[in-house]
Amino acid sequence: MGEKRIIETFDLTKYYNGQAAVHKLNLHVKEGEVFGFLGPNGSGKTTTLLMLLGLSSPSEGRALVCGLDPAKDSRKIKARVGYLPENVGFYTDLDAVQTLDFIADLNGIPADEAERRIQEVLELVGLKKEARKKVGAYSRGMKQRLGIAEVLIKNPSVLFLDELTLGLDPEGATKLVDLIAQLNQDKGMTVLLSSHNLYQVQRICNRVGIMINGKMVAQGSMEQLAEERLGIGDKEYSLEEIYLRYFQES
Amino acid sequence: MHGVVAICRKELADHFSSYRFVILFALIAMVSFITSYMAGLHLRESLEGVAKPKFVFLMLFNTRGALFSLVQFVAFFGPLIGIVLGFDAINKERAQGTLIKIMSQPIYRDAVINGKFLAGVVTISIMLIAITLVVSGFGLTIVGVVPGVEEVIRLFVYVLISIFYISFWLGLAILFSILFKSISTSALASVAVWIFLSFFVSLGASVLADSIAPVDRQRGVSPEVLVKNARIKETASLFSPMVLYSEASGIIIDPMRKTTRSIVMMGALEQLSLSRFQNPLPLGQSLVVVYPHVTALIAITLICFAISYLVFILQEIRT
Ligand SMILES: Nc1ncnc2c1ncn2[C@@H]1O[C@H](COP(=O)(O)OP(=O)(O)OP(=O)(O)O)[C@@H](O)[C@H]1O
Ligand SMILES: [Mg+2]
Repeated sequence: MGEKRIIETFDLTKYYNGQAAVHKLNLHVKEGEVFGFLGPNGSGKTTTLLMLLGLSSPSEGRALVCGLDPAKDSRKIKARVGYLPENVGFYTDLDAVQTLDFIADLNGIPADEAERRIQEVLELVGLKKEARKKVGAYSRGMKQRLGIAEVLIKNPSVLFLDELTLGLDPEGATKLVDLIAQLNQDKGMTVLLSSHNLYQVQRICNRVGIMINGKMVAQGSMEQLAEERLGIGDKEYSLEEIYLRYFQES
Repeated sequence: MHGVVAICRKELADHFSSYRFVILFALIAMVSFITSYMAGLHLRESLEGVAKPKFVFLMLFNTRGALFSLVQFVAFFGPLIGIVLGFDAINKERAQGTLIKIMSQPIYRDAVINGKFLAGVVTISIMLIAITLVVSGFGLTIVGVVPGVEEVIRLFVYVLISIFYISFWLGLAILFSILFKSISTSALASVAVWIFLSFFVSLGASVLADSIAPVDRQRGVSPEVLVKNARIKETASLFSPMVLYSEASGIIIDPMRKTTRSIVMMGALEQLSLSRFQNPLPLGQSLVVVYPHVTALIAITLICFAISYLVFILQEIRT
């Protein structure tokens, strides 16, 4: 893990109708780490991710992703960052291969190269057998895995995963999180992961940030936060306890 | 650029495999079959024992066989093709959660609109060329006339103007699919504008003309007032794309028509007998006459586009 910052924000702020969805956010994510982006519903996680991709323009402040400003170089950022939206949608009348073909096409990947990558990512997410089934007939878990496959087609160096484990059973969630950990280790992908599944976050994240009402109330490694809040340094702790402590205090 | 191409390709595949397209195409094929067949029969009857006038072939397109000519059909029904191809372009993607996914790929934001518009225009072109070929085929077999070079050129220009006309409605429908989040609302809004611009503008034009330059038939009117009334009516009804299109296509398809007005109600026989004593407007002249109409059609399409871009860029991607 290097010290180079892949994501950095400077007082990043977004107002919706006069209300701050994200308020003076100073987030930083280092190259090669898995960062857990936590916070209750409506705390501004998705809004932040959209601003980092240049899909939503900040009201104040600015950001740098891979050294680029999303307000100016959105397209270059989107070529490097794979984004899995929360509740990702699909064309229900296409099968997995056609779906991935379209995404490859949007990324300007040549046809033969795309074909190779599609087989590769289908293998990786374990959808090879269902590759020719219409996505409309997919289960929630299969859709989520196809979503990951779409993200990987462009061979990204950074992953933004919004609610990765939403609606998945414990086993499915564990498998998917393991896959992300593997990608992080083998390919050195930096991961920014938002989730409400604290158990899974604790399993793979190096550092976490906790957002409450648009403000980042804590940012650091779990050991740091545990010591800060619970005062139990090297004793057993769970992310859930830390999270609830922050939540109660604000 | 690869974004526009990718989206256009996907959209074309969607169009051609959708029931929507099949139904639309079947309907158009049926109507063009019937109208051209009727027009063909009608023409053959009228031409029996008479010396063939010039441009018989084009008459296939503007002779009313039973109900309406093909030109009239496209003027009336064309907007619906554009609307059907575009009314859910953006809001459907939004609703099913695919818009944000497309937008998070490395493409320009307007590539989505451009790609979809382009795919629609290609689809429209294919439909119109198919109709024209069907009608021409009937012309060759039933009436037994072969089109001259000028007729082919005129047909080509006619198809081109028709593509512009229907593309305007496509652009408008896409704009509504951006403005309205609900698919049924955007469909309804497009149809409402279609009805308004197609029918009520001409009606409104008459009302406007009569209120500014009233024509009182009982007491007799001066010719100046009559002319003024007609002028106002014509100018005001140019706000209707349907009027713009009908006039432009009429002049191209019917070289005997030199003004842009009212021979529409003439029967085929009358037209035939009239045409004996007239010389057709040369192609170059016809083009000069329709040039402003075509420019206006393109201009309103561009305005639709400009608004679409603006709204789409300012909108939040989600919701
Ligand atoms: N388009 C919008 N217009 C107005 N307000 C919005 C819009 N999108 C989001 N918000 C508001 O911004 C705030 C942050 O929302 P956001 O979706 O970023 O939260 P989140 O942390 O992702 O929540 P969740 O965990 O439920 O996904 C919320 O209060 C939400 O109501
Ligand atoms: Mg969210």
